[in-house]
Amino acid sequence: MIRAHVLICGGTGCTSSGSLDIQAAFAENIEKAGLSEEVKVVQTGCFGLCALGPVVIVYPDGTFYSRVTTDDVKEIVEEHLLKGRIVERLVYNDTGDDNAEKANVNVSLNDTAFYKTQNRVVLRNCGVIDPEDIDEYIAMDGYAALGKVLTEMTPEDVIKCVTDSGLRGRGGGGFPTGRKWSLCAPNKAPQKYVVCNADEGDPGAFMDRSVLEGDPHCLIEAMTIAGYAIGATKGFVYVRAEYPIAVKRLQKAIDQAKEYGLLGKNIFDSGFDFDLEIRLGAGAFVCGEETALMTSIEGNRGEPRPRPPYPAVKGLYNSPTVENNVETFANIPQIILRGAEWFASMGTENSKGTKVFALGGNIEHTGLVEIPMGTTLREIIHEIGGGIPNGKKFKAAQTGGPSGGCIPADLIDTPVDYDNLTAIGCMMGSGGLIVMDEDSCMVDMAKFFLEFTVDESCGKCTPCRVGTKRLLELLDKITMGKGTIEDIDRLEELCNYIKQNSLCGLGQTAPNPVLATLKFFRDEYIAHVVDKKCPAGVCKDLVSFVIDQDKCIGCGMCARNCPADAITKTDYIAPGHKLPSYVIDAEKCVKCGVCMGNCKFKAIEKR
Amino acid sequence: MKTLAELQAIKEKMKNKVVLREGGEAIRVVVGMATCGISAGARPVLNTLVEEVNNSGLASKVTVSQTGCIGLCQYEPIVEIIEAGKEKVTYVKIDAEKAKRIVKEHLDGGKVVTEFTIANQNA
Ligand SMILES: Cc1cc2nc3c(=O)[nH]c(=O)nc-3n(C[C@H](O)[C@H](O)[C@H](O)COP(=O)(O)O)c2cc1C
Repeated sequence: MIRAHVLICGGTGCTSSGSLDIQAAFAENIEKAGLSEEVKVVQTGCFGLCALGPVVIVYPDGTFYSRVTTDDVKEIVEEHLLKGRIVERLVYNDTGDDNAEKANVNVSLNDTAFYKTQNRVVLRNCGVIDPEDIDEYIAMDGYAALGKVLTEMTPEDVIKCVTDSGLRGRGGGGFPTGRKWSLCAPNKAPQKYVVCNADEGDPGAFMDRSVLEGDPHCLIEAMTIAGYAIGATKGFVYVRAEYPIAVKRLQKAIDQAKEYGLLGKNIFDSGFDFDLEIRLGAGAFVCGEETALMTSIEGNRGEPRPRPPYPAVKGLYNSPTVENNVETFANIPQIILRGAEWFASMGTENSKGTKVFALGGNIEHTGLVEIPMGTTLREIIHEIGGGIPNGKKFKAAQTGGPSGGCIPADLIDTPVDYDNLTAIGCMMGSGGLIVMDEDSCMVDMAKFFLEFTVDESCGKCTPCRVGTKRLLELLDKITMGKGTIEDIDRLEELCNYIKQNSLCGLGQTAPNPVLATLKFFRDEYIAHVVDKKCPAGVCKDLVSFVIDQDKCIGCGMCARNCPADAITKTDYIAPGHKLPSYVIDAEKCVKCGVCMGNCKFKAIEKR
Repeated sequence: MKTLAELQAIKEKMKNKVVLREGGEAIRVVVGMATCGISAGARPVLNTLVEEVNNSGLASKVTVSQTGCIGLCQYEPIVEIIEAGKEKVTYVKIDAEKAKRIVKEHLDGGKVVTEFTIANQNA
């Protein structure tokens, strides 16, 4: 009889830090300890706390072990699984409350600061079930929503339920999902399609990947429900080929669902047929745009086409199509089972439910969090995210990736929902949330995203192809200290032109990072062009490293480690010192900062 | 699979296997499993408890887990029943047979098996 489960994260993050070896080590040690009949090892999807991976959770007590290595496994098996003694040194128990931590080492996962404010709807099975076992999904009410839809509800009922829930698209645009379905449902055609956008091109975002890896059946169930609602019998999931684990698990899940008759002909004896296939994308950002995505599925070069006609009328293969994001779909089974009112009870006036964010950048707990809409940025960063590392100050957070904008520190109490973010010139985006501390240069950040869009522009329309390139050149000029105050106006004008004239969302949103930083951090742009200074000390052409002659004791550490041989000895011996001090040749200096990092006497300054 | 009943059957069959991971259960049964407990025979007690809890369909409200030394080595194997809002019950010198009675009378029946409790032992 199984009395304990060892759950090992098999998400991409933990897998790359060795969780497969850890799983093997558990299997071996459990066998050796004679516990094979009592303890089960399960590989799951992502738990979310990627920064602390590889992650292992032992149930029934729910002990959360972080940064486990293969060397730790023997101890966990012999101490915890055999003798019931928790291996305290590996336990993660940050509740955000020091007293509680000291009083009780065995805090359950749900009490940690990282998890307690979260509300897991989309991620409810991630890290809980074995994604490769359809029976475990069924045990968690899996396919019950599909059963209900096919036996008790009409397509109109389904659409009404989704509409009433207030669910909006999680892929970036925030279009109401029920409305999207109801626009497609009445269109008559011999073949209609349901398409899932799992392209996830936003740099740093991995929400959709985690759902695919951790709960693939949920997506299959939701897409089948959508098919029934709009009258489509065929679906495609468009996943980027860079997600091999996700693709493998999803394919396995599709095969299992077919074997059980949950995909295929006459599902639940209702007369409804639905079939699902995976299509791999090559990872171009533009292929995440819905019309380009469909063009790519059709086997053509992934370029957008003008809208209208909208996909609901003329989508994939010119047939009526509903296209939704992975996270959007992942909400559907729960909405059907628990009701529209339940879903609408979470969130704010016009943004219902939860949102998954991939936290990254200068933040303690990089990882995946799911929170009710309307949670403030402060809670996300300081409570769930554990704050900014190294005691630095929070400067801004970028949402919506290359299409979005930044939220500055003085708006940290903004409740995060679609309308609030749009109002401050940001957007919800797909859920990437990049946190920046005081050492980040906002001009440099805008430049980073522009480099991305220049690379990813498909080239079909001129405003985007040429405009973004010119925009990047202007930013380059500014960060090199060669900009003028007129360049700032030119920048703004060009941004607005590109926004208004581009063919698809890529170009229409590409200037957003520039516009948002201009709005909130204009003084930084001015410092770059007028004072020729980068206040954060990031832009290399605008900083110089200088040795304070009186603090330098002449140890020569800096000179020995300088990769450019830019540091030499002087004849000057400072009062109180025995050796001559050193000096940096600004001409030769490559501004790598190695000297500053090496100087134990804090004699080197960045100006 | 063609019917909801078939789906339900799989769910029922699997429920006991995943319920372990849900937490938030009402009753916790903890077995002392330090070296002293194991040598006094705590392993078969633990396994019996797990099995009986499952067989009596109590798995959704009872979790059985282990802990280290409770500090009363001469009374091992020790089983504690912890239930929110109630006083903790400590059973001592338990074997597989006694464990079965605890599941039947206490966990299922709601009546403490007083003859096994620590209060009833004179050391
Ligand atoms: C350049 C560009 C890239 C996009 N990338 C994605 C993406 O990676 N994933 C996604 O779901 N939506 C992406 N979108 C949004 C899609 O076009 C579409 O609006 C969305 O998938 C619709 O699904 P939803 O209503 O469920 O959000 C992108 C849009 C643009 C303009």
